[in-house]
Amino acid sequence: MMRFLASLGATVLAMLAAVGRLVMFTAQTLSHLARPPFYPREFGHALLQIGYFSLPVVGLTAFFTGGALALQIYAGSARFSAEAVVPQIVAIGMVRELGPVLVGLMIAARVTSSIAAEIATMKVTEQIDALVTLSTHPMKYLTLPRVLAATLMMPVLVGVGDVIGIFGGYIVGTERLGFNAATYLQNTADFLELRDVVSSLVKGAVFGFIAALMGCYYGMQSQRGAMGVGRATKGSVVAAAVLILAANFLLTEAFFSA
Amino acid sequence: MIRLTDVHKSFGSNQVLRGVNLHVPMGQSMVVIGGSGTGKSVLIKSVLGLVTLNRGIIEVDGQDVTRADRDAFLARFGMLFQGAALFDSLPVWQNVAFRLLRGTLKRPWSEAREIAIDKLRRVGLDADVADRLPAELSGGMQKRVGLARAIAAQPEIIFFDEPTTGLDPIMAGVINDLIREIVTEMGATAVTITHDMTSVRAIADQVAMLHAGKVRWCGPISDLDATDDPYVQQFIHGRAEGPIAAVR
Repeated sequence: MMRFLASLGATVLAMLAAVGRLVMFTAQTLSHLARPPFYPREFGHALLQIGYFSLPVVGLTAFFTGGALALQIYAGSARFSAEAVVPQIVAIGMVRELGPVLVGLMIAARVTSSIAAEIATMKVTEQIDALVTLSTHPMKYLTLPRVLAATLMMPVLVGVGDVIGIFGGYIVGTERLGFNAATYLQNTADFLELRDVVSSLVKGAVFGFIAALMGCYYGMQSQRGAMGVGRATKGSVVAAAVLILAANFLLTEAFFSA
Repeated sequence: MIRLTDVHKSFGSNQVLRGVNLHVPMGQSMVVIGGSGTGKSVLIKSVLGLVTLNRGIIEVDGQDVTRADRDAFLARFGMLFQGAALFDSLPVWQNVAFRLLRGTLKRPWSEAREIAIDKLRRVGLDADVADRLPAELSGGMQKRVGLARAIAAQPEIIFFDEPTTGLDPIMAGVINDLIREIVTEMGATAVTITHDMTSVRAIADQVAMLHAGKVRWCGPISDLDATDDPYVQQFIHGRAEGPIAAVR
């Protein structure tokens, strides 16, 4: 019994220590926001890598999800003769939930893993130490540009994902399910509210922050060797995905409860 | 002058440095030798603040390094890392001119590039290497680029961590000669970590041997062969038998 309690206590303490380290890392990252020097070239590079180069994967994911959503809603609503709701539900489903969450998860897979692997490799090969000896703070040079770029680019990606997802539903709705094109668009536009769009973009910003922060955190915490890089990459993606889903619940609660 | 007094550092239960005392006079080339895992790299990383000490004081020109202004302090140093530690994503010239492209030593882009190419030439590399990525270079060329980066901002003190590890004997000789020439030419203080006795004899004014977390022996290179310290004798002659237990 004592051994079990000791083991439980050690686990809880380790978890608290990990949370503490993450909070400290986040605070350190944010503290560099207002203090020069700034690295605009690195920021621009991160905007391009995280934003522009993620557009194809975001677009494809959103398009197919929008199309599948239209088919599902049509099939489900047909059971109680409510097929006409397809445009509205596709719009609200994509904008409120599926757009931000799917884009967040795709960014966790594409960007978080890439950031974690890159920074962990830099750590293993002493490039992080080299940065310090060259009077460059690794958090300012590596972490801040990536976190800032992801936080700013994700709402754009989510916005694009929402539009393409709705377009996917529109194509399936009009070409496969026989909806009138003008009516479909009119129903979509009439049903969406400003709050839906705002919540989608805010979720995007929060998910972008989480995705980049987890990549940087796990990269910086990486242990030596190829196994360390692998562990950092895997851990970053899992942590980012779980935190994105948890944050999604909290944000949905904040925007739409009551 | 770099002075280390009673320096202790452990990682978990592994006590790496157990009271190191060392004095490196300015303008001298100090080589620290010792077996693998004796804390040689930790020692120079402690001076640069890359690892935090458990106990002890490190002073550079009488100033405690933990109280120094970090940027001004680090601007006095250059370092060549064991694996060169070049930034993969930057072309060679931007690696060399890294410090000159940002921060307090920032220069115009074209001037920084000129300085980088000049430093590359100084270490025996052609200007056409400047726009290549580090991954496109051989190990010896990467070491030379690392050396060019270490000297780009004219540091007063240069650290060399295993400068000849992984190089063939000819390239190792080239790097040793370059280090000797550059350190003499710049009038810099050099601290080199190595196991390579050819390097030691080519580079050192002073030699310190680290063993069991402490400085076992320290003296001028001319006294190295004459010392009767059995640990030093075993190490410099590479004998398996002796007081230093070889891990088999």
